[in-house]
Amino acid sequence: MRRHYVIVGILVIVMSVLIYIGLDSAGLMPVEASAQAVDIDWMWNLEVIAMSFLFSLIVAPLAYSLIVFRRRKGDTTDAEHMEGNTRLEVAWTIVPLFIVMAYAYLGAINLAATQRADPEAMVVRVTGLQWSWTFEYPAVNGVTVVSDELHVPVNKQILLRMTSNDVIHSFWVPEFRVKQDLVPGRITQLRITPTLEGNYKVRCAELCGTSHAFMEKPVIVSSQEEYDAWFAVALEDAVTASQTPEGRGQALVAANGCAACHSINGAPGIGPTWFGLIGRTEELNDGSTVVVDEAYVHESIKAPQAKIVAGFENQLMPTYGFTDEEIADIVAYIKTLR
Amino acid sequence: MRNTNPVWKGLLLLLVAGAIGYGIGLVLDLLVSGAINTSGPVGAAFAILFAVTAFFFGVYGYRGITRGLVYQVVGTLVGALLITGIRALMGLDTIFGVYLFSEPAWVVGGVVGVVSFLFGVGVVHDWVQWSRGIDTPEHHTDEPGWEKYFGVSLDHKVIGIQYTITALVLIAIGGTFAMIFRTELAASQLQFLTTELRLFNQTGPQIYNTLMSLHGIIMIISILLGISGIMNYAVPFLVGAQDMAFPRLNAFAYWVSVPASVLMLLSLVLGGFDTGWTGYPPLSARAPVGMQMFFLGVFTAGWSSILGSLNVIATVVRLRAKGMSAMRLPILVWASVATSIIALTATQLIGLSFQLVMFQRLFGMPFFDAARGGNPVLFQHLFWFYSHPAVYVFVLPGLGVISELLPVFVRKPLFGYRWVAMSSLGIALVGFTVWAHHMFTSGMNEYLRVPFMYSTLLVAVPTGVKFFSWVATLWGGKIETPTPMLFVLGAIIVFLMGGLTGPPNAAIALDLHLHDTYWVVGHFHDTIFGGFVFPFFAAIYYWFPKATGRRMNEFWGKVHFWMMTPSFFVLTLGMMVIGLRGMRRRIVDYDPALGFDFIQLLMTIGGYLIALSVLIFIINLVHSIKHGEKAEGNLWNSRSPEWQVPSPMPVHNYDVPFEVVGEPYDYGLKDSKYVEFSPNGQKHIEFTKEPEVQPHRH
Repeated sequence: MRRHYVIVGILVIVMSVLIYIGLDSAGLMPVEASAQAVDIDWMWNLEVIAMSFLFSLIVAPLAYSLIVFRRRKGDTTDAEHMEGNTRLEVAWTIVPLFIVMAYAYLGAINLAATQRADPEAMVVRVTGLQWSWTFEYPAVNGVTVVSDELHVPVNKQILLRMTSNDVIHSFWVPEFRVKQDLVPGRITQLRITPTLEGNYKVRCAELCGTSHAFMEKPVIVSSQEEYDAWFAVALEDAVTASQTPEGRGQALVAANGCAACHSINGAPGIGPTWFGLIGRTEELNDGSTVVVDEAYVHESIKAPQAKIVAGFENQLMPTYGFTDEEIADIVAYIKTLR
Repeated sequence: MRNTNPVWKGLLLLLVAGAIGYGIGLVLDLLVSGAINTSGPVGAAFAILFAVTAFFFGVYGYRGITRGLVYQVVGTLVGALLITGIRALMGLDTIFGVYLFSEPAWVVGGVVGVVSFLFGVGVVHDWVQWSRGIDTPEHHTDEPGWEKYFGVSLDHKVIGIQYTITALVLIAIGGTFAMIFRTELAASQLQFLTTELRLFNQTGPQIYNTLMSLHGIIMIISILLGISGIMNYAVPFLVGAQDMAFPRLNAFAYWVSVPASVLMLLSLVLGGFDTGWTGYPPLSARAPVGMQMFFLGVFTAGWSSILGSLNVIATVVRLRAKGMSAMRLPILVWASVATSIIALTATQLIGLSFQLVMFQRLFGMPFFDAARGGNPVLFQHLFWFYSHPAVYVFVLPGLGVISELLPVFVRKPLFGYRWVAMSSLGIALVGFTVWAHHMFTSGMNEYLRVPFMYSTLLVAVPTGVKFFSWVATLWGGKIETPTPMLFVLGAIIVFLMGGLTGPPNAAIALDLHLHDTYWVVGHFHDTIFGGFVFPFFAAIYYWFPKATGRRMNEFWGKVHFWMMTPSFFVLTLGMMVIGLRGMRRRIVDYDPALGFDFIQLLMTIGGYLIALSVLIFIINLVHSIKHGEKAEGNLWNSRSPEWQVPSPMPVHNYDVPFEVVGEPYDYGLKDSKYVEFSPNGQKHIEFTKEPEVQPHRH
């Protein structure tokens, strides 16, 4: 019997090492592009060690038993009677208890590492909406840059202060690892320190309806100089746009993610396209037709369910709290789309 | 028609009635909305209701389940029309809705339909009679042959098989849904679930959301019914009882799950729902009427779980054979009790959380509406307080099956019986304290996440005890590997993979990466296949001869195992790999730039092979009922009491009661016995001498 224990012991060790090497070299995680990713991958490595060892600890003796202790042909007797071993049972209760508590402790330390706050962090306000993202940068002279792309400088902690306009969304850039839900009615926050320049994507991780799969927007990590250059241009655009109705309308459309449903180039979408909208004849779901004018668009924004274009019955557009002036700006912008 | 096979007759009627129902739906749609919508929901809703009902009519005639379904259809229409009438009298603008009836009308119709079903099928008949002061016979005589399975029976073995068959039907439906979207996911970009598609008023991505959501909940209900099948069938004869403690309640618990399943299917065509089975508001507060049918279906199925587990506990506490002390209970009974404790006390919370959203939608009560002072995160706490322990409900009976069958095929006692028994209770109790580990990214208090990490990791300890004990049981045995044992071994390895991929999710910071990805999808498919699917198949292969007197074909059983197991590994390992690399859950399409196409294709092939292997299993099962090799004796050479009497078992299990005289799993101990049959073995109430106490007969 001693021989069996020795062989299985060696098998467990060999198998653990092989599985660990295999998993470690398989490149299972995406690129590490943030300081938090480094901490999280450290924890992942610990878990891979535990998984490799425990898998081998059970499967090696199980497989060994299946081969060595299989029933021989013609043998109809029972095996040797062995009911249990209290010392062994106590051991495999107490030892794992200490191990899991140690892992929980390390997990807590690891959490603290990823939460470390930099008081100088750059604050970006994030809004999630069905099905787009908007990013609002700190105001300069009363003008705010709003974009549907997240531009951040490398090696500087950013503090995302996030909320949602409609349902729950979740901010996740796999290369940054960390993830946080955006909940209507409250502000949640997430700290990320990007460490690797590149183009990534934020992908909504919490099921949020029809186009959940496509709720992705670019995240661009660049050097401080490139970021400053981008910001200067964006700021200038924002200042210019705020002086014309079309420009203000376009900014409102960007800030509220209208384009997630209404294409501006005639492509089909969740809602009717805005390309050539004003003056177009639309068929409604009750069979009547309507020629789209400013008043119709105004009504459709204020009361989206009042008239529904045929084919869009199952697409409930939410109401937005736009003022009449804002709607006029949006209409001015829509007029330019033709 | 006399000599026609009733199944063919049923299928023929299914097609005819489906077509008629579709026609009626289109006409109603035309009357109300003024336009014919051939891919619309109303025609489909009537087609489904008519077709299912007609199928059972063809197979079984107008009684039992058929009458229940007819009552449900009529009840649904009556309830809906009542509300529609009231709305008309109140002079409301919207008397009808997009789905013919308005949402309140559908909900009330759904409730009335469920109650009507229960009256129609006859499961409340005795209670109604008693309430009117009329006595009914203590025992009902079942029809001979297969027909008893289509009507109300009070026999726990019949009900156990009814549960099992219903579970298999739901597994087939839920599996088919999964195959549809797995096919779509085989390559990036939208293949056939495109945005131009219109089916039941839903676009391709919406159909995906509905099918994905229904796959989840239908599989969950099939699991709940599957474990009820195992427990109902086995627990009474394992403890030496003649039946469950409350046979009428037992039948009620089964039958209430049937109208619940119909409601689930209706949700598919009434606009579907796009929330997943978790139904988080605010999304679920905005979804189409199908959402309400889903809520109502889960609410109704919950009764089945609560009442069924009450019955299991009462049976084990009150109806054990003489000498069956706590530490001589078969290990599956311990697992069943542990599961039943959770199901009895936690199921209410999912019902409550869904009910609150129903009320938010129906009456405008803003429980989870942040704009009006509600709290969306509160829902998640209520929901997970059941839905995490629920996964232990799913797996504990399966782990019990593993522990129960292992000694039989190893010919050695279960190693550390007491520890294995107590570990089930340990998992059940610790399981109540871990729910918020599903909410690490939810925006709940950041510091409160830490205690939930500790409690979650604690679950690993009793689970580890089970694994170590199983390996120690195998060690030094004389292992045989017929089909049930293959599935037991498969279960151990697959559940091990599920178990080991759990702790990384508990480490909070790491979970911030893993949460809501395919890693988690792979993890829980491993736990559920290892903890339920494999043991469920093992139990069916193992007890099939007990139920029928014949055994299932060994060759095809082994084909089933060897086809399913490797395919399953490809599927779930693929899920975990792409999950780590950035594949989110519940998406109809993924970014081609991520480079997942090849792995997704492999996973889809794996999925098809699993489906094929289950099809082989079902054919084997049906074929073996009549044509299997005869096996009326102690086929597995087990010590358990049910195998000491011929198969199939008589109606009240043991003609001569037994007394427990030894340990259940003392294989290899010379001249030892677990049970001894003797007339004085019976401790509990004797049915024939004195009727059971019924306080309602005044």
